[in-house]
Formats: sequence, C-alpha cells, structure tokens
Amino acid sequence: MTGPAGKSAPAILVEGLHKSYGARPAVRGLDLAVARGRICGLIGPDGAGKTTTMRVVCGLLRPDAGGARVLDRDSAREPRAVRERLGYMPQRFSLYPDLTVAENLRFFADLFGVPAAERVRREAELMEFSRLGPFRGRRAGQLSGGMKQKLALSCTLIHTPEVLVLDEPTTGVDPVSRREFWRILRELAGRGLALLVSTPYMDEAGLCDEVVLMHEGRAIARGTPGEVAAAFPRRLLEVRGADLPAALARLAAAPRPGVKVHRYGDRLHVVHDDASQAEAVARLLEGLDVGLHPVAPGIEDAFVELMAAPAGGEAKP
Amino acid sequence: MSGEAAVFARGLTRRFGDFTAVASLDLDVMPGEIFGFLGANGAGKTTAIRMLCGLLPPSGGEARVAGCRVGRDTAALKRRIGYMSQRFSLYEDLTVLENLEFFGGVYGLGRAELAARADELLPRLGLDAERGRLTGSLPLGYKQRLALGCALAHRPRVLFLDEPTGGVDPVARRGFWDLIYEQAAAGVTVFVTTHYMDEAEYCGRVSIMVQGGIVALDTPSGLKARTGGADMQDVFLRLVDA
Repeated sequence: MTGPAGKSAPAILVEGLHKSYGARPAVRGLDLAVARGRICGLIGPDGAGKTTTMRVVCGLLRPDAGGARVLDRDSAREPRAVRERLGYMPQRFSLYPDLTVAENLRFFADLFGVPAAERVRREAELMEFSRLGPFRGRRAGQLSGGMKQKLALSCTLIHTPEVLVLDEPTTGVDPVSRREFWRILRELAGRGLALLVSTPYMDEAGLCDEVVLMHEGRAIARGTPGEVAAAFPRRLLEVRGADLPAALARLAAAPRPGVKVHRYGDRLHVVHDDASQAEAVARLLEGLDVGLHPVAPGIEDAFVELMAAPAGGEAKP
Repeated sequence: MSGEAAVFARGLTRRFGDFTAVASLDLDVMPGEIFGFLGANGAGKTTAIRMLCGLLPPSGGEARVAGCRVGRDTAALKRRIGYMSQRFSLYEDLTVLENLEFFGGVYGLGRAELAARADELLPRLGLDAERGRLTGSLPLGYKQRLALGCALAHRPRVLFLDEPTGGVDPVARRGFWDLIYEQAAAGVTVFVTTHYMDEAEYCGRVSIMVQGGIVALDTPSGLKARTGGADMQDVFLRLVDA
C-alpha cells in the first residue's frame, strides 16, 4: 500500500475500520478496496454501518481504529486533500429548492473554488450527460425525485473528482429513474472514477462490479454479485399454482428440520439441502394444483442465510 | 357482501385544471387480497390513493372502499381503512403500548376495547415482551411492526401500505410480510404502493400505472410470462419504458 497513487493502489482503501458512537459500535473491523473504474456496492439494512464507513472515507468522521485512504492520502489526517479529489453525496443532499438547476450548479462550483472558465465548460458537460439541459432554468424544488438526484449528483461532480461516494442515492426514486441513474454511474466508472455506492436494496447489487454485504458493522460477504449469490449454500424450490394457500397450510402443518418456507406473493420458496427433502415436499403437496421448480438463489437469499450465521464469519479479527 | 370488491373503482378520474392526473381508473380488489399498486414518479399513484383514502374528491367516475362511497361517506371510510408509510409517525417518547393505545384512541376505541386489542395484537406482532419499552429505543424492524399494529388497532377492512419495508433487513422484511399474509388470510385487504420491485414480488396481484392509467394488471408470475421479464424490475421497465 505504499508508493504513489498509481495503477496498482486502490483508489479507496479501508483497513481494519472500527467506529463506535458511545457504547454503540457502528463499524466493527471493516476492510474494503475500490479500484479506479469500478463500482463497489455497500449493501445492507439501516444501521449496518454503511453511512459511518462512507463518512470515514470522506474524512468527515475520525475512526476509533484502522482507517481509510483515498488516492493514497489518509482521510483522517489529510481530509482537505482527500475532499479536493472526492465527491460525496450524502443521503439528504441539500439542493436549494428556490434556485434553478443552473444556479445550484454554480453555487456548488463556487463552493469548491472551480475557476469561471472551467465552470462553464463543466456545467455544459454535466447538463448534457445528466440530460438536465432542458430543465436548466427550472427551480430545483419543482424537479421530480429522479431529476433531483441527478442534479445532486451533478453538483457532486462539479469539481471533477476522481472518487465518488454516494450514500443511498436511489432511495425513493422510481425504477425508470433508478436505471437512468445507474447508467450515469456506469458511464462515470467507464471514465476511470472509483465509486462507492450504498443501498439497502438487494436488487441494486447486480449493478455493481463488486459488493460488500454489511450487517451490524461487519462484512458478511463480498465479491462479484454472482459470487455472493453463489455463497448461498442451500437449495431453493419454487412452488406456484392455484392451490398455493393449501400448499402453504400443508407445509406449515408438517415442519421438517432444515426446511424453511417463505411466501412471495403468488409463490412459495422452500429452502432445503438435499434431494430427499425435496422429494418429501413434493409428496406432501401431491394432489394439489401446484408446480415445483428448482430456482437459482439471489443476493437476498444469501444475505438472509449469512445473517443467521454466527457473527464474525467473514470479517477478519 | 363476500362478492363485493373491497376496493372498487370505475372510471375514477381526477383533473387539476387542464392536467388529468388519474384518467378513468378501474379497480376490483377483493377482500383478503394483497394488491400492489405500482407506477413511475408522477404516474398518478399518489393522487389515486388520496382519492381512495377519502383525502381528495374525484372529478369523475366512482369508487367504493370497504363499502363506503369515495367522495360521499368520507367519515365512515376513514374509520374502515388503515394507513402505514415508510415514514411512519410513532411517538418515540411513548412506550409500545402507549403508542398502540394512542392510535386506537384516535379512532374512537374505548378503554376496555383498547386493552383487549393490545393483548391480541402485541403477541402477534412479536412485541408482547416490549410493551413497556420506550419506542425510541427499539430497533427499526420492531418500530415497523409497531407502526403496522397502530394502523391495525381499529380493525380496518382495508390497509394501505406505502413502501412499508424500506430500509429494514431482509429477515425483518420477511417477518413483516408474514404478518401481512396473516392479516390477509383473516380477510383484511392490503393495498401496497412501492418503488421497490422486490417488495412488489410479495403481492398477489400487481397493477402498473403510466400517465394516469393502468397499463397492466396480473399476478407477478403472469406479468413476467406476458412481458418476458426475468423479475418485476424487468417487467416494470418493459411496460413503463415501452
């Protein structure tokens, strides 16, 4: 981890991070690295430690132990140097609702000391790639949720940072706007930025190059989205059909060790380990109008299974 | 009675000046059904729900919710529905039991009735051991179950949920949905709005709204089969971006 911020050193490096608020631990020994051109997703529920991790990376919070480096600068010791090259979009990004789109951008440009000539060029570039150009004269308060998020991201990018830290940027945004937002993030990664993005939603994990699943301050799994889903060590059987309530009643009346049943709307998922258990489930449901099919587990299945595992499985001591 | 839809709409319309926010909406949601009401920002979902909850009079068409005529029997309507949003407003400095009693009291439940309802609901919500605990000290998943309890205290026949499980971990979410399925099995109609398609997967039937009208309505599996979408996110994008 020595040497200049070159090709090999990760753009964001978190090592052995611990942070408590009083007696309450928020992050308990976290490591992660994000290279240039990559999107790393911090995935976990409220209270998992995502925001604390991001605030340490941005130099806004001092760690109790361990720490973060951004482009080979220590976030706690050189927060100003770090922030010059980093863009941070907190959960509640403060746009000025009475200012127009263009005025908000200009305000953040002034805040970061962006020279006038560069500001004009940068503004035009950001308007184009966020597709906010037609709305430059509209007040921020009058924008839709998705457009507000794009404007906040543009303000975060006004000083041309090389590292982006985005805290739940798509919360409350509809799926179409979310896809558009992720398209922009992918484009930024393509230009060589390193991105650390948090989300409580498992379905956004698949949009990242790598994910770190966080639970109670620790990483419980990490890797590419495919690797994390593959970490689910058990099998899934999907039950569908007209007699779903009857199927659920039969399964509930005859619980089997190691077999778990979850209902998802018009389907049941039966978690099990081997073929004999699957056969027993099939026999139990004989005569009902339902079909059984094996399905591939997703990130959420892995998360649920790993949450139940003893603490500290993945995290290093 | 049993044949009547719990949420019924025919040609339900709302205009604001020249702008038609909701254009001739038809709905038949049956008692005990869990219905997902989806759409992009600005599609008209919020306006439709405000009408169905009796908060906004329609400009045209008709609707009945829990047997009450929307725009007419407004007071009765509000007593027969429950509402819970992701930004649930519990009183942090009241205990679990006090919150439940407060919200039940707002709906006019008497003291004895409140006590009986709390004894019934708290064990079912997994909150019996917490009844004396200050709400502010509870983990998010517990608060969410309490918010559900508060929305259910007055035994509503139709429960409106607005992004109910935002931010909680998947285990808490599954536990929450188990409670919802239990309510539905007991005959409560559940009307869910959300931007999160993994939440939509929990619904029995789902409608997708675009520019004031419903463009698709079916089970999640049916919608996937029809659009060729791999999951509900995919289905949504195919229908809304078409």
